[in-house]
Amino acid sequence: MGVGSFFTSKLDEAIGWARKYSIFQYPFVTACCGMEYMATACSHYDVDRFGAGLPRFSPRQADVLFVVGTISHKMAPVLKRIYDQMTEPKWVVAFGVCTCTGGFYDNYATVQGIDTIIPVDVYIPGCPPRPESVLDGLMKLQDKIAAQTQRF
Amino acid sequence: MPEPTGAGVTTREFMLGEGSGTGSGQTLQVGVGPAHPAMHGIIRITTELDGEYIRKADVEIGYLHRAFEKDCEVGGYNNAIPYTDRLNYVSPLINNFAYASAVEKLLGIEVTERCRYIRTVMAEISRVCDHLTCVGASAMELGAFTVFLYMIKAREYLWELVEDVTGARLTISYGRVGGVKADLPDGFAAKVTSAFKQTRDVLDEVHRLLTGNRIFMDRMIGVGALTREETIAWGITGPLLRAVGVGYDVRRASPHWAYDRVEFEVPTQRDGDNYARYLVRMAEMEQSMRIAEQALSAMPGGPINVDFAGRPLDPAAYVDQGKQGKTEGLLLVPIRLSPNLQGQNRPAWERVNAADKRVVLPPKETTYGSIEGLMNHFMLIMEGYGIRPPMGEAYFASEGANGELGFYVISDGSDRPYRVRCRPPCLPPVAALSRMIEGEMIADLVPTFGSVNMIGGELDR
Amino acid sequence: MSGSEILQRLRDRFAVGVVETHEQRGDATAVVDRGALLDVLRFCRDEPAMGFDMLMDLTAADYLRYPGREDGPRFEVVYLLHALPHNHRVRLKVRVDEDDAVVPSAVDLWPIANWLEREVWDMFGVRFAGHPDLRRLLMYEEFVGHPLRKDYPINRRQPLIGPKA
Repeated sequence: MGVGSFFTSKLDEAIGWARKYSIFQYPFVTACCGMEYMATACSHYDVDRFGAGLPRFSPRQADVLFVVGTISHKMAPVLKRIYDQMTEPKWVVAFGVCTCTGGFYDNYATVQGIDTIIPVDVYIPGCPPRPESVLDGLMKLQDKIAAQTQRF
Repeated sequence: MPEPTGAGVTTREFMLGEGSGTGSGQTLQVGVGPAHPAMHGIIRITTELDGEYIRKADVEIGYLHRAFEKDCEVGGYNNAIPYTDRLNYVSPLINNFAYASAVEKLLGIEVTERCRYIRTVMAEISRVCDHLTCVGASAMELGAFTVFLYMIKAREYLWELVEDVTGARLTISYGRVGGVKADLPDGFAAKVTSAFKQTRDVLDEVHRLLTGNRIFMDRMIGVGALTREETIAWGITGPLLRAVGVGYDVRRASPHWAYDRVEFEVPTQRDGDNYARYLVRMAEMEQSMRIAEQALSAMPGGPINVDFAGRPLDPAAYVDQGKQGKTEGLLLVPIRLSPNLQGQNRPAWERVNAADKRVVLPPKETTYGSIEGLMNHFMLIMEGYGIRPPMGEAYFASEGANGELGFYVISDGSDRPYRVRCRPPCLPPVAALSRMIEGEMIADLVPTFGSVNMIGGELDR
Repeated sequence: MSGSEILQRLRDRFAVGVVETHEQRGDATAVVDRGALLDVLRFCRDEPAMGFDMLMDLTAADYLRYPGREDGPRFEVVYLLHALPHNHRVRLKVRVDEDDAVVPSAVDLWPIANWLEREVWDMFGVRFAGHPDLRRLLMYEEFVGHPLRKDYPINRRQPLIGPKA
């Protein structure tokens, strides 16, 4: 048991290391947070140095779903469908306070937090979050990815 | 379109097989959106394609409806300012000031001269940010990723300016009814000069990369064009109207803030296609920077760098004293504060806010130093009190980055707006989008949609 | 033309159709009778001296809770017109009751009225007679109610619509 778990834990670390440094994000951009997302992805704050610089605009090719911006009730089924279309392993980042809790849009049109629809891994609050917050959230996501264990 | 070959079969049928000729009635429905890579916003365009040509397009919006107009009715007049930020979120300062101006028109108050100039400068900086984002994103969608990176780099310099003044990069809530949040910081003019120099370098580079670029021109010229009559009938204003040759600019037509005191041109083109819109936007950026520089150098109220030498009290001590009730003489004591902070000392506060006690919060010395100031502050903040415009309505139009941005405010005499309507400048172009793309190819949808500059927050409100 | 001149021309031409006019804060406003609405709009657009070739905005307001007008007609549909050649504006309004909330459609005059009227239908429930395709613009089709009415509470929740199977 000791030797087996040593190898599996090393394998888990290796897989975690490979996954966390090659994040293919699907930026599901709806609103103002998209501007800060653009700023994070571009040269000034550069998310590419974390290995997460290639946005894949197809859910089949992505592993992290960045939900960026307010989700309205009209958009919610689309979000759910996109999430369902992504293949495992997948993670979800709630970018911006509208996706965390609905923000200050407590009204008839806004979903009060996307965790009512899909499971969320990292919440990045802010309206919009500064790029430094986004990078901090991304690093927390990387820690979470690295800590996952595989089941064989 | 295919020409018949000698054997009586069209080239198209020869290449694609029998029955694939145009007019066979078989169209393919392709849905573009709501989640799609053109990062302008969420919109659904259901197209019916005949090969590559779009026969019919149906545009569906409303995916970002956040109940702006209903939310504005819930709180006070100044409480609506953060909601207006998130309308056109790439140029939020223009929305703030336009809404504040609508309420000021309803109240019948005039803002100070300095405030007018500050609003002009900040609105123009915001407009440049909007055009940078629009041109950068549409260039990226055509494959010119470098242009996007350069323009976002330039936008970062401008956002640093905005952050210096307002404290935030994007959703700034800087405008207030009766003025702005606070004065400009020290050394702002020098920062603007260096940021504009960087922006002009970037625009120069982008001109060299895009304007004469064969691929860019082939994809944009003649694509998505609207005639002059159609543009006017669809109620389109802004760069799209100027691209068909109508020089209508709200800054010229109904001058507000400091626009009648600065010199600028209104660039127009004639063709009305995507390339013309791109040229208009690039020219407008230069004009905006020109306006901002002129307004900064002509700013009244003395130099921005005010002498703060010899202040005996620092702000924390001042506030402590006031809260403890030790208020004798506090009204006369000046405090050492950056001019950039809200509730700034009296001279800086009065420079940028209208002298109307029913509308504008008193400066902090008055709030902490006198009972009248405290009561004034209380009456403006607490629920049930607040800004109370007379019953009636007012419409104020300003030039947003996409066209005429109008706010129609109805007041019932209470402290909450009865109805706030935002006239979205990008609704008419998106309504006309199906007209622009029918008959074009599916790949032409991308630059056309990019040049329309649809901003979801403004379209769906 | 100045605001008062525009209103005078309207009053001269449509003595019966124009119910009242005012110029609060410099905005020339005329309240028009529903039956005369299309004629007034057409006159505004086609008459050369008026020249209102642009329909800037078409919106509505619900006067259910407005002090002094709770018993009057509930909805007011507002047309903001702008004349590019003369650079003047006018605001026209039509008042309709709740149980007879129908207004003739301006789609034939300005194509942008198509979407603007759909939005008024969506948000207020005012129908437009002669509109080719009056469906919701901003809310989803299964939404029940008209959100911008004063009796629609802002945080009323509706069941989430799921992805279609």
